[in-house]
Amino acid sequence: MTKLEAVIQPSKLDAVKEALLAIGIDGLTVLEVRGHGRQKGHTEFYRGREYSVDLLPKIKLEIVLRDDVVDDVIKAIISSAHTGKIGDGKIFISRIDEAIRIRNEERGTDAL
Amino acid sequence: MIEHLGKSLSRRSGACSLCLLLLLLFCGLSAAAQSVSPEQVADLQKQVAEARGNADNAWMLVSSALVLMMTGPGLALFYGGLVRKKNVLSTMMQSFAMMAVVTVVWGIVGFSFAFGSGNPFIGNFQHVFLHGVGAAPDPDYAGTIPLQTFMVYQLMFAIITPALISGAFAERMKFSGMLLFLTLWSLFIYSPMAHMVWGKGGLLNAALGGRFPCLDFAGGTVVHVTSGVSALVCALYLGKRKDYPQELFRPHSVVLSFVGACMLWVGWFGFNAGSALSAGSLATSAFVATHFAAAAAALSWMAAEWIFKGVPSALGGISGAVAGLVAITPAAGFVSPMPALAIGLIVGAVCYFMVAKVKERFGYDDSLDAFGVHGAGGTLGAILTGIFASRYVNPIFKDARGNATASGLLDGNAHQVLNQLVGVIIAWVLAAVGTLILLKVVDATVGLRVSDEHEVEGLDLTQHGEEGYSVE
Repeated sequence: MTKLEAVIQPSKLDAVKEALLAIGIDGLTVLEVRGHGRQKGHTEFYRGREYSVDLLPKIKLEIVLRDDVVDDVIKAIISSAHTGKIGDGKIFISRIDEAIRIRNEERGTDAL
Repeated sequence: MIEHLGKSLSRRSGACSLCLLLLLLFCGLSAAAQSVSPEQVADLQKQVAEARGNADNAWMLVSSALVLMMTGPGLALFYGGLVRKKNVLSTMMQSFAMMAVVTVVWGIVGFSFAFGSGNPFIGNFQHVFLHGVGAAPDPDYAGTIPLQTFMVYQLMFAIITPALISGAFAERMKFSGMLLFLTLWSLFIYSPMAHMVWGKGGLLNAALGGRFPCLDFAGGTVVHVTSGVSALVCALYLGKRKDYPQELFRPHSVVLSFVGACMLWVGWFGFNAGSALSAGSLATSAFVATHFAAAAAALSWMAAEWIFKGVPSALGGISGAVAGLVAITPAAGFVSPMPALAIGLIVGAVCYFMVAKVKERFGYDDSLDAFGVHGAGGTLGAILTGIFASRYVNPIFKDARGNATASGLLDGNAHQVLNQLVGVIIAWVLAAVGTLILLKVVDATVGLRVSDEHEVEGLDLTQHGEEGYSVE
């Protein structure tokens, strides 16, 4: 089993969800995070003082998948989240040791 | 057709004339039978006076409610939104606590100190425990409303004034220290200043023959200069917040501040127009002047920001409006709408510079700009009142024969600006010296500032055991 973490632009969340649903992925976890890679932040003004804000709002998706669908999911995310500009985000892949369904204690890929 | 009409008309006019004659005869007979007695006239006069008084009282009670709303939730929201999330409740509590504490203090002795007869500097104990404050008006203050209405209206001013100071020591003041400090402040700085400007025999009272008549319609000196200057002293005495200014703290919710500021604008109609103490045309005049100054100042602050920073911010817009409202407070019932516009335009830009440049240059941590907006705006407004006040708006000065004489500079009274300065200087000195003494007293007893650990953890948790926004 593979864990896929994807940091994407918040404005791309709807497109990515739809793309995943289209290839049959219906379980995912969404987090609101802040961060940056090489993307510069912006300046805000409060009562005449300047504040540089470099932690930008992002969306992080976490999905645990069967190994055979990982490539399709990566393709789907990249095609729906891509804009070509710095700040598009990243995808990280890692191995998962075990998955358990809380409702009926099913284990392994049955739990996904 | 016309002939027919003519006949019916003449028949009608004939009938009408007869009816009229009979009516006149009847009235003449009735009038002869009973003339209107002096008692009836007196009774009618009493009813008219009562109706007038009821109209004034209705407006004054509404105004009192509006001014209280300015503190809670107006100021609570405005200040609350400007601080970091971990301190939002403590900031709101600093306003709310005044609603509770000052009410009690005012009822026991604060009102008496401010509006009792006394001497030029402070009142007396004649109204202690609100003795003598009932349904009967006090004609020296407001002849058409119960003295109790006047008392409760003034109470709302006494509440919001110390609450304004909390903007200077936000995010680092102990709740216990703040309670003691502001209670003493209300008794020994607010009440005396209110007495000098509005109380019987007050040194600066323009309406009741004070030695240095200072035109202060709704509290430019009494409320804004005193609280603003005190704020500066507090900011300097308490010192900067930890990690200020290396770390710049952003407002956690400009949305809350926005809502609060709009409530302040609306509430200010009670603050200024209510200071007419009646529901007539002077209230209208003050209402209109207030509104125009707010609008103009919002525009000039935003313009200054747009020019010097490249963007007009929401916080800048509402801060500008508040600055305009502060400046028009002493002038509201003395100036007409166009001078009000001018006052707003000037003050919006000046307060922008106070907050954006002067604070940075001198490095004091007046966290929520209580001095920059209220101290500076109030001082400027008080002086501009001496320039723009007009007898045609409010004939406050009269000669021996009761004719109105010039009010301000443009009206022909150049001297008034000096009187305004006297009032402003007295406010500055009383606030600065008094605050310093009170701070030392509280520092030596209860303590003023929270510990570094508590400051980092946040005052909501450490002072009040609460979180403003919990996750679940």
